[in-house]
Amino acid sequence: MTAVYQRPKTLIDKVTHYCAGCGHGTVHRIIAEIIDELDIRERTIGMAPVGCAVVAYDYFDIDMCEAPHGRTPAVATGIKRALPDRVVFSYQGDGDLAAIGTAEIIHAANRGENITVIFINNAVYGMTGGQMAPTTPDGATTTTTPYGRDPQNEGCPIRVAEMMAGFDRVAYCERVALDSPAGVRKTKSAIKKAFRCQMEKRGFAIVEVLSPCPTHWRMEPVEAMKHCGGEMSKVFVPGVYKDWEK
Amino acid sequence: MATKILMTGNDAMSEGAIRAGCRYYYGYPITPQNEVPEYMSRRMPEVGGTFIQSESELAAINMVLGSAAAGKRAMTSSSSPGISLKQEGISYIAGMELPAVIANVQRGGPGLGDIGASQADYFQATKGGGHGDYHLIVLAPYTVQEMADLTTLAFDLADRYRMPVMILADAQVGQMMEPMEWREYARPDDLPEKDWVLDGNAGREKRIVRSFFLYPGLLEVHNKHLQEKYALIFQREVRFEEVNIDEADLVVVAFGSAARVARGLVLDAAGDMKIGLFRPITLWPFPSKRIRELAEEGKRFLVAELNAGQMLEDVRLAVEGRSTVDFYGRMGSGMVTIEEMAEKAREIFAGRGGTR
Repeated sequence: MTAVYQRPKTLIDKVTHYCAGCGHGTVHRIIAEIIDELDIRERTIGMAPVGCAVVAYDYFDIDMCEAPHGRTPAVATGIKRALPDRVVFSYQGDGDLAAIGTAEIIHAANRGENITVIFINNAVYGMTGGQMAPTTPDGATTTTTPYGRDPQNEGCPIRVAEMMAGFDRVAYCERVALDSPAGVRKTKSAIKKAFRCQMEKRGFAIVEVLSPCPTHWRMEPVEAMKHCGGEMSKVFVPGVYKDWEK
Repeated sequence: MATKILMTGNDAMSEGAIRAGCRYYYGYPITPQNEVPEYMSRRMPEVGGTFIQSESELAAINMVLGSAAAGKRAMTSSSSPGISLKQEGISYIAGMELPAVIANVQRGGPGLGDIGASQADYFQATKGGGHGDYHLIVLAPYTVQEMADLTTLAFDLADRYRMPVMILADAQVGQMMEPMEWREYARPDDLPEKDWVLDGNAGREKRIVRSFFLYPGLLEVHNKHLQEKYALIFQREVRFEEVNIDEADLVVVAFGSAARVARGLVLDAAGDMKIGLFRPITLWPFPSKRIRELAEEGKRFLVAELNAGQMLEDVRLAVEGRSTVDFYGRMGSGMVTIEEMAEKAREIFAGRGGTR
């Protein structure tokens, strides 16, 4: 009998702490599959952020490092410069990457650090209980925008993929949405290319993943997934923003 | 005999780091330590090392964290306001038990302060500095020679105890030039193997470098382990220098630039006053035991610092009322002088000092 679907070797057999319908579990699996397929498990070092994915290092069977909130690209820089032949990826949420760590991601991108960044954008702070993120849409209600996000007071959502594509030394930048089985496959294809970008020493690669947070969006999981391709994709338009091969 | 050469303290520290095998330096310009990133930007390419002028002090210390986690000797330097920014990363490095070297070429504070010599970051350096229960080993060079020698020592101590080590210098020892000589550096062969390095889990279990212990009880166990390590360091790594101590009735306690002036008083300007110098080289672990012994011998103390009286507290804690402890300090970038120090000593000998 042939196994057509099984747990990737890089994914540890362990129940995650993620909520039902959360996108983190899906993206973790995608990354693990890619590491297996590229046969780089024994030379990959991952970076866990601060936020919901803070203990991502418990789920991957690879060496992993923690970083202070938002400093993940700087720590990844220190590791990659020390071990240029290893594959280094940074896994970050929207608070980590687009609020407290804005300087670190911009300058890592601008230096063209040869690393892979997976940016999970769910437009809300999950770990701390549903507060406003830099990517929260205008008018959206969160625990710190109880009257809705007001651009006059909180500004507008930051479009990271568009911003990253503006740096000369960014080799690859794509935004995808976890909105359907097709969206999951597209996400895998983008992240795999972002790893390939690093392995071919093309420079900085980032994939922004629009990812569901049913708990804090107060939606059913299926509804939340569809929301990624619906309202969310209107603010954050999926697509390839930079590609060294094109 | 090695040839003596003229060097600035900041250059000597930089070259000392390179001779100790540091190949990863990350830093951000701030006066009075700009010579360090400038030196490293020249030297690192020559020795196959990495230099990055980071976008901030935050980024620099976290790049150090990354290279340290990858098993490399890594360093950053800054001056007081920049060191405040690094405290977040230093706390993580201490919690993660990574070796790293951080130099603070101190300037005056608080806030932006000024760019002259100061020792006002003593509390920040010796009491932890960032959040959580932790310590750094703190080394206080007072000559250009020590800027080099204590830097090489800092890397060995960092590796031996898997912790951040701070070189607490100041604008004067950093920027002045004086003769020094290079001694052959040999890495101690009893340094522990780095069996925690992140370099890919080929042929072994995966490793995690972390400071996060969420499950109840684990963090306390981790903290107890850190405290046991610190207690061991207190037993083994205290360093100090004594000048004319045996006959002294009054002991001036001073480190760094203030100790240079105190040495001048003790050797050249004490007159008929019997004054000795006690110079802590490790500010943490602080030489409390030796100071207590001197107090028990009946010696009195004058603490001289470029601040409002910070090491003063550690001297008083060591003396515990056994003798008198007076203070003479200058703040901002005010420099202590032999004349003012001698006047203070005369007051004490005349019976006008005597704070317990």
